[in-house]
Amino acid sequence: MRLPSRPVKPAPFEYHAPESIADALAVLAEHGDEAKPLAGGQSLVPMLALRLTRFGHLVDLNRVPELSGVERKNGMLVVGAMTRQAAVERSEAAAAVPLLGLATPLIGHFQIRNRGTVGGSIAHADPAAELPAVALALDAQLEIASPSGTRLESASDFFVGTWTTSVGDEELLVGVHFPVWSDRSGFAVDEVARRLGDFALVGVTCGVELDESGNIGRAAIALLGMASTPVRASAAEAALVGANPSAADLTEIAQLAVANLDPPEDIHASSAYRHSVGAHVVARALATAMEDATK
Amino acid sequence: MNEQAVSFTVNGEAHRHFAEPRKTLADFLREDCALTGTHLGCEHGVCGACTVIVDGVAVRSCLMFAVQAEGTEITTVEGLATDGTLSPVQEAFREEHGLQCGFCTPGFVVSVHAFLEQNPSPTRQEIVEALSGNLCRCTGYQGIIRAVERAAKTMSSA
Ligand SMILES: Cc1cc2nc3c(=O)[nH]c(=O)nc-3n(C[C@@H](O)[C@H](O)[C@H](O)COP(=O)(O)OP(=O)(O)OC[C@H]3O[C@@H](n4cnc5c(N)ncnc54)[C@H](O)[C@@H]3O)c2cc1C
Ligand code: FES
Ligand code: FES
Repeated sequence: MRLPSRPVKPAPFEYHAPESIADALAVLAEHGDEAKPLAGGQSLVPMLALRLTRFGHLVDLNRVPELSGVERKNGMLVVGAMTRQAAVERSEAAAAVPLLGLATPLIGHFQIRNRGTVGGSIAHADPAAELPAVALALDAQLEIASPSGTRLESASDFFVGTWTTSVGDEELLVGVHFPVWSDRSGFAVDEVARRLGDFALVGVTCGVELDESGNIGRAAIALLGMASTPVRASAAEAALVGANPSAADLTEIAQLAVANLDPPEDIHASSAYRHSVGAHVVARALATAMEDATK
Repeated sequence: MNEQAVSFTVNGEAHRHFAEPRKTLADFLREDCALTGTHLGCEHGVCGACTVIVDGVAVRSCLMFAVQAEGTEITTVEGLATDGTLSPVQEAFREEHGLQCGFCTPGFVVSVHAFLEQNPSPTRQEIVEALSGNLCRCTGYQGIIRAVERAAKTMSSA
C-alpha cells in the first residue's frame, strides 16, 4: 500500500553520498557554491524545510568513516568533524577536554545529539551555540581540507559572523584540535535559556589553570549569544592572570568581560538584559571553574 | 523528478520504494511504507512527534532524508508492541494517563523506549531532561513523567 504524497518542503536537490574526504572534495569542487555539505542535518535540514536556503547539490558526509573519531595527538585532542555529539558525551578520550563534556549535553535534546556532529555545530557557527564558544575559549585549531591540501586555522580567525566561517565553498572542515590543559585546571559552562534544550540567550565557557604557586597562570573566557560570533573576554582574562583564586574580585572581572559588548536584541531578550545576565553568568562560571581548579 | 530506490528494514520487515532525495524519512515512512503512527508536528526538529529509532538510536525522522536511511534498521511506534501486547512503556502511558489527544504520544513512547534502554533506572531529573525534546500540548507532562517512572520499575523487575 502506498498513501497519497503530500508536497515535500525542501527545494529539489541532487544527492551525493561520497565515501571518502577526497570524493567529497571532488563533488564540492565540481559544483562550487551550488553544493553544500550535509552533516547531522540538525540545522541544515530545518533551514531547507523552511526554505531559508536551497542548494542544487547536497554532499552527505555521513558515509565518510574517516571523518569520525576522537584521539590524542601531540598534546591535542583531535575530534573528527562527523563525530556525533552523543559520541563525545560518552567518549573517555574526550574527558581530556572537560569543556566538551560540560558543553555538549546543553545542545538541544538527546535525539538531536544522536545525529548532530561536532564539526556541523562549529561549521554552522550559530552565535548562541556552545561548541563554537568552547573552540574559541581553548584556541582550538580547525583543520580544513581543500583540493590543494589541508590547513590549520585558529578559532579566532575561523568565526566571521552569524552562520559564517572562513571555510570556503570548495573546502571541508575535517577535524577540530582542542588543546589539553594540565590537571591543575578547572572549567565551567553556564548559560541562561528559556527552556531546557533551547538555544541559550546568553552563556559562557571558561577555564582557569593554576601555576606552581597556586595563582592563576592562564585564563580563558568565551561568551555566546552576546554578538554575531562567540567572543573572547581578553581584558577579563588578563585581569585574572597572576591573581590568587581566592582574592580575585569576580564581579568586577565579569563586568570587564561584557564591558565593550553590544549584545543583540530579539523577541527573547533585550540587549540590556543580555548584558546584565551575561555579567552574572561569567561571575558564576568563574567561581565554579576556580573551585574546580583548586579541588 | 529524480527518484531513487531506498531500501531498509522497518520493524523487522524489508521495504524498498522510490523517493526523491528531498523526501524526509518521516514522509517516506508515512506515505511509502504506509506507517502513519509516526506523526509530524513542526517538521523542523522542535516537537519530537516524528521520533523513530534508526540503528539503535532515537532521531528526528523529519530531519533525515529517506535516502540517508539506506541499509538501516528502523523501529517505529508500530514495532513496539509484540503480538498485540503493549510494551511496558505503552502500558505505563495508559495506566498513568500519559496521553490525552495522543498526537504527541508516538514520539514520546519511542523516545522513552530509547532512553530507558540507555538508562534503565533514571532519576526524576534525568527523566525530565530526557522528555525535554518532546512537546505535549495536552497533558501538562506530569502523567508522562509518572509513566516513565512506572515503566522503569516494571522493566527492571521483569
Ligand atoms: C530542536 C533543536 C535544538 C537545538 N539546540 C541547540 C543548542 O542548544 N545549542 C546548539 O549549539 N545547537 C543546537 N541545535 C543545533 C545543533 O543540534 C546542530 O547539531 C548543529 O548546529 C549543526 O550540526 P549538524 O551536524 O546537525 O550539521 P548540519 O545541520 O548538517 O550542518 C550545519 C551547517 O554546517 C555545514 N557543515 C557541516 N559539516 C561541515 C563540514 N565538515 N565542513 C564544512 N561545512 C560543514 C553545513 O553545510 C551546514 O551549513 C539545535 C537543533 C535543534 C533541531
Ligand atoms: S515533526 Fe519532527 S520534530 Fe517536529
Ligand atoms: S496528548 Fe495531546 S499533544 Fe500530547
